[in-house]
Amino acid sequence: MWRYVARRLLGVVVVLLVIAAITYGIFFVMSPVDPAVLFAGKQPTPELIAQVRSQFGLNLPVWEQYGIFVKHVFLGDQYGWPGLGFSFVTRASVRSQLTSRLVVTGTLAIGAAFVWLLLGIPIGVVSAVKQRSLLDRLAMGFALFFVSAPVFWMGLMFLWAFWFKLKIAAGTGYYGPTQYGVRTWLNHMLMPWIVLALVEAAWYARMSRGSLIEVMGEDYIRTARAKGLSEARVVVKHGLRASLLPVLTMFGMDLGLLFGGAIIVETVFNLQGLGQWAVSSVATGDLPVILAVTLVSSFAITVANVAIDICYAFLDPRVRLA
Amino acid sequence: MWARLRRDRAAVLGMVLVALILGMAVFASLLARLAGHTPNQLFDGMRTALGLPKGPTTQFWFGADQVGRDLFVRVMYGARTSLFVSVVGTSVATLIGVIVGLISGYSRGWIDTLLSRTMDVWLSLPLLLFAVGISTVCSVSVRGCLGGLLKPGLPLVTGIIALLTWPYIARIVRGQVISLREREFVEAARSIGASDARIMFSELLPNLTAPILVYATLTIPGNILFEASLSFLGVGVPQSTPSWGRMLSDATSGSLFKYAWWMMVYPGVCLLVTTIGFYLVGDGLRDALDPHRAAR
Repeated sequence: MWRYVARRLLGVVVVLLVIAAITYGIFFVMSPVDPAVLFAGKQPTPELIAQVRSQFGLNLPVWEQYGIFVKHVFLGDQYGWPGLGFSFVTRASVRSQLTSRLVVTGTLAIGAAFVWLLLGIPIGVVSAVKQRSLLDRLAMGFALFFVSAPVFWMGLMFLWAFWFKLKIAAGTGYYGPTQYGVRTWLNHMLMPWIVLALVEAAWYARMSRGSLIEVMGEDYIRTARAKGLSEARVVVKHGLRASLLPVLTMFGMDLGLLFGGAIIVETVFNLQGLGQWAVSSVATGDLPVILAVTLVSSFAITVANVAIDICYAFLDPRVRLA
Repeated sequence: MWARLRRDRAAVLGMVLVALILGMAVFASLLARLAGHTPNQLFDGMRTALGLPKGPTTQFWFGADQVGRDLFVRVMYGARTSLFVSVVGTSVATLIGVIVGLISGYSRGWIDTLLSRTMDVWLSLPLLLFAVGISTVCSVSVRGCLGGLLKPGLPLVTGIIALLTWPYIARIVRGQVISLREREFVEAARSIGASDARIMFSELLPNLTAPILVYATLTIPGNILFEASLSFLGVGVPQSTPSWGRMLSDATSGSLFKYAWWMMVYPGVCLLVTTIGFYLVGDGLRDALDPHRAAR
């Protein structure tokens, strides 16, 4: 068991190194813009550019820069551990800004995850049990609608309806609970949570319905029924447990992905999370920030994958960790 | 298959919706002539004294956008962008995915390990962020990047979508190949001396058309939303090319949508209709091609 976990975590490190290398490839090698020129000010003299270049460490060959980056991540730099360097734009440590961004993104992701699980799975289960009933058709119709609707469009429609027209919801922006009070914070987070959760809940409803229907056709369900168990017990104890396995896989990946920033929702609702930070950094050419966000988000995705594989072994006796 | 698909009412509705959008794309220039405006024509009369766009009128059926262009004409042309990028992008991704998946599933040992690990890494990338990055990096100069392989504009967005989504298809194909490669017909082909390439492309591939077709169809709506998201973030197709995502992004700038609801509603509804259509067709295809599912 522990050997398996150790091996998988080692795999995570390797994947992250490869992803960091790909990021370097895209933003340092493919990019035709020289960041040193970009950040040397409005009237860059050759001396100034050279100075900025050495300050940013861009005078070294790319592989050497990559080596230094990896070393700093593992051993820390002048700003502490893990060393992620400083932002070209603000010239401040990336780490110090990362925390506040991560809080916003985390709030959004975890809050939305609660809403979508509580909404998606029960709807999927009821739909599967009452297959082809009016309720099922209605639920699946709604699911199809939210699966198909672009998130940013839903965000706009919600803002237009609940904030601008009905005036029952607060507008955009993130207001921390300690600074502005819990009520204001909740008010501003409610709509982003719901918009993000509706899209995801629709996927989860579709998936858990399909999965449960498949499981209910298995032989052991017939056995459970033949034993004289109540239908509720058959569904919940025997059917649900097996049918939630693929849903769990999806959940881990989705949550991991969201920790890299729900770019679109953060943009629509103007939440200063990781995703928004990364996109604005791409626009300004702030390479260390892009690298940091890519790394954090890939880390979240890969670790979530490992966590799911381990959970699997506990839920499904057929899976052995090897 | 057709008979089963035709009996599925949801799938028929999906086909009607897709046909509708396809019609919009094909006849966009004709519809534009009917409206009497071109997509990039500016109309000063369609903006108020404050510079705000005016809503739908008898001449401008969908109103105007922030610089006074005919939104109806642009929405019609938007169908072209959306369908082109998603269909071509998905086709290229499917082509790469099928080839990689076949090779990976059929060969054992280090080739399979290498290709599967590549897919794993690819799928742990923050895709949207990378798409934004590549698009920004490649749009700086007109020559594009990768030695001119990815040129700014439609080819760039299409290329990015293909480049980032092929592992999903490769994974499915690989799984199917692994379950098929030990079957008797493969054994039989090998015993009469068929080459590996022949077994992969003439024996295995025909058995995979159903899942590939279903999966490709279900990938198209995702890629439509992908293009729209990129354009919404301002890094998709260029400003002059009408795109639904870009129109919605125009509606957000300066919170214009609060007043100009038409800028938000029409492009959004078109996106929604397109994606719903493709999902319905994909679901229907899956049911129709699944031999285990009893005909309803």
